[in-house]
Amino acid sequence: MTRPSHTAFHQTLELLLMITSREIMIRYKQSVMGFLWAFLMPALVILAGLVVRLVMSRLAGMPLATDALAAMVVKALPWAFFVSAIRLSTNSLTSNSNLVTRARCPRIVFPLSSVLSALFDLAVAAVPLCVVLALINVPLTLQLLWVVPLLLLLVALVSGLGIALATANLFYRDVKYIVEVFLMFAIFFTPVLFETSMLGPWRNWVLLNPMAPLLEGLYAAVVVGRAPDLAWVAYSAVVTVTITIAAWLLFRRLEPTFADNI
Amino acid sequence: MDDIAIRFSGVTKRFRRGERHDSIRDLLPALARRLLGRGASPAPDEREFIALNNIDLEVRQGETLGVIGHNGAGKSTMLKHFAGIMTPTEGRIEVRGRLSALIEVGAGFHPDLTGRENVFLSGVILGMSRAEVARKFDTIVDFAGLAPFIDTPVKRYSSGMFARLGFAVAAHLEPDILVIDEVLSVGDFMFQQKSLQKMREIAHGGATVVFVSHNLKAVSDLCRRTVLLDRGAIVADGPSGEVIRTYLGREHAKMQRPRTVDVEITAVALLRHGVEAVQFRSGDEAEVRIDFIARKDTEKVAIVLAVLDEGLENVFYTSTDALPNSPAMDLAAGESCTITFNLKLHLATATFHLGVYLHCTDIDRVFDQAVPAATFFVTTDPEVRGSANLYPSVRSIERKRSSRPADSAGERVASEPQARFAGQEAAS
Repeated sequence: MTRPSHTAFHQTLELLLMITSREIMIRYKQSVMGFLWAFLMPALVILAGLVVRLVMSRLAGMPLATDALAAMVVKALPWAFFVSAIRLSTNSLTSNSNLVTRARCPRIVFPLSSVLSALFDLAVAAVPLCVVLALINVPLTLQLLWVVPLLLLLVALVSGLGIALATANLFYRDVKYIVEVFLMFAIFFTPVLFETSMLGPWRNWVLLNPMAPLLEGLYAAVVVGRAPDLAWVAYSAVVTVTITIAAWLLFRRLEPTFADNI
Repeated sequence: MDDIAIRFSGVTKRFRRGERHDSIRDLLPALARRLLGRGASPAPDEREFIALNNIDLEVRQGETLGVIGHNGAGKSTMLKHFAGIMTPTEGRIEVRGRLSALIEVGAGFHPDLTGRENVFLSGVILGMSRAEVARKFDTIVDFAGLAPFIDTPVKRYSSGMFARLGFAVAAHLEPDILVIDEVLSVGDFMFQQKSLQKMREIAHGGATVVFVSHNLKAVSDLCRRTVLLDRGAIVADGPSGEVIRTYLGREHAKMQRPRTVDVEITAVALLRHGVEAVQFRSGDEAEVRIDFIARKDTEKVAIVLAVLDEGLENVFYTSTDALPNSPAMDLAAGESCTITFNLKLHLATATFHLGVYLHCTDIDRVFDQAVPAATFFVTTDPEVRGSANLYPSVRSIERKRSSRPADSAGERVASEPQARFAGQEAAS
């Protein structure tokens, strides 16, 4: 009668993939632009950065290096992923309230599927990114392998934050507005359009943002062809793991009361 | 003890009511007030609402359990506890086996996705694996009767089609325990019968079924055992017929009647072979026993007995005036009287109510009435619908084939309806 628990795990995994593919299908079915949406958001970020950097270089009287463009392209994509994953996962439980109160399924799949569907957009946008990078002749080195652990850390960080914010938004509906404001201003405190090396004495303060070492690491590994700053990546990893575990514990503790409070 | 599928031990569920903050904007001022010690909050027990009150219940494997009760009695809350969607404030719930809960048909359907995509989505949400859904896909679509529309987005479906597809997915879950809410009320009559039949198959297949419904007839058809909930507590538990009778008795007792009556109906009972009953087969003999008492001296009292359908329309009525051996009665104050009618229930499959009226034959004045005074269910074999059972049978079927090939289209149109009726007869 009782089945082994790996079946339950497998079931959760299938449900996660199913909900994720639902999110993706709906997003691409409803919009005329379809897959172009995946490029639009990072393209806008890059464009804005380009304008700012061009003005700055004109004022400083120095030409804008192609490296600067490559840096922005490499960091804009993960940033766009961060923004859309946080935004989607914050709303994931409340927008699926029908399933939270009427279906018997592990609710963790809702925030996680939001993160995965945003990851899908990132993968789609990564294709033209590779083309751009090849055109501007970034070095092909073994350092590129750093991309894998850095992206894993990024996904873990976003998942942790997403789970916590989804839970918070279920209990307090205005959390999503606070998140919007936070996301709008976060780009000033995250090295997306600039490099931390440009900041001089303020560098370490910006690197305290756990996103910063990850983006800087991606920039170093892909554009410069050098290993990331390991001390700061380790710091980011510790923060990420702490946030993820705390979010998971919070979620587990409060999940039994979701149906009462949604 | 090994054959228990679900056990509730001392399950209590309390909800907070009144002050609840669902935004930080509301929460912060409230916290500030509390910190400053102003606006003392009311005592905790005043703010609580007890939805389930110390429920003890065991459901054995393979049992079909009905849960009934009026609105707000705690049925839905109980169902959500069965399904593991809510957790009790106190007490424990143990569930053994794979449980599937169907609380809303088409939960998890997305309007922009096609029927096919939604079948997979909903199947996995309800607890099937992808491979399982793929294997049962054709059966599910056949059951819903939606094969031509399966690649249409469900937002273009009618509400009936939507509900049929939702039920079809759930009906093919094959769980050990199936917990379902009012889902048999979807679709047209044919589909409802089909759904009920499917549920019977699931129950006969050895699954434990918990069925929460307002449809007393469906509960009495499907469930051997029923519990009656009232204000969060189980007030009756036993064979479905008895519990439903208790429920109807309580509901009928609540009915408001004019208290200034000269003659008052004190009890109405529906019996078969001298025992109270709610479930009848078409053609059964039933007795209706009516007790009434005169509060004042009254002349020429006649009793009207009516059978009403679910919409409280008369399908039959008679009066003691019109029947032999029942002269109009003159009653003295304080005199009580019992009258028993015999009825042959040549009725179709449906829910019916009894109505009783006491009136004066002279001036057509109603002394007292009880409508509905009792409720009962009739089943027929073979299935007959409507109000009355006219005991149909097929005497002969004649088919004529035209030899001219040019007429073949006309011949097909003419013969198809007959063939379909014959097919249905064989199926039922």
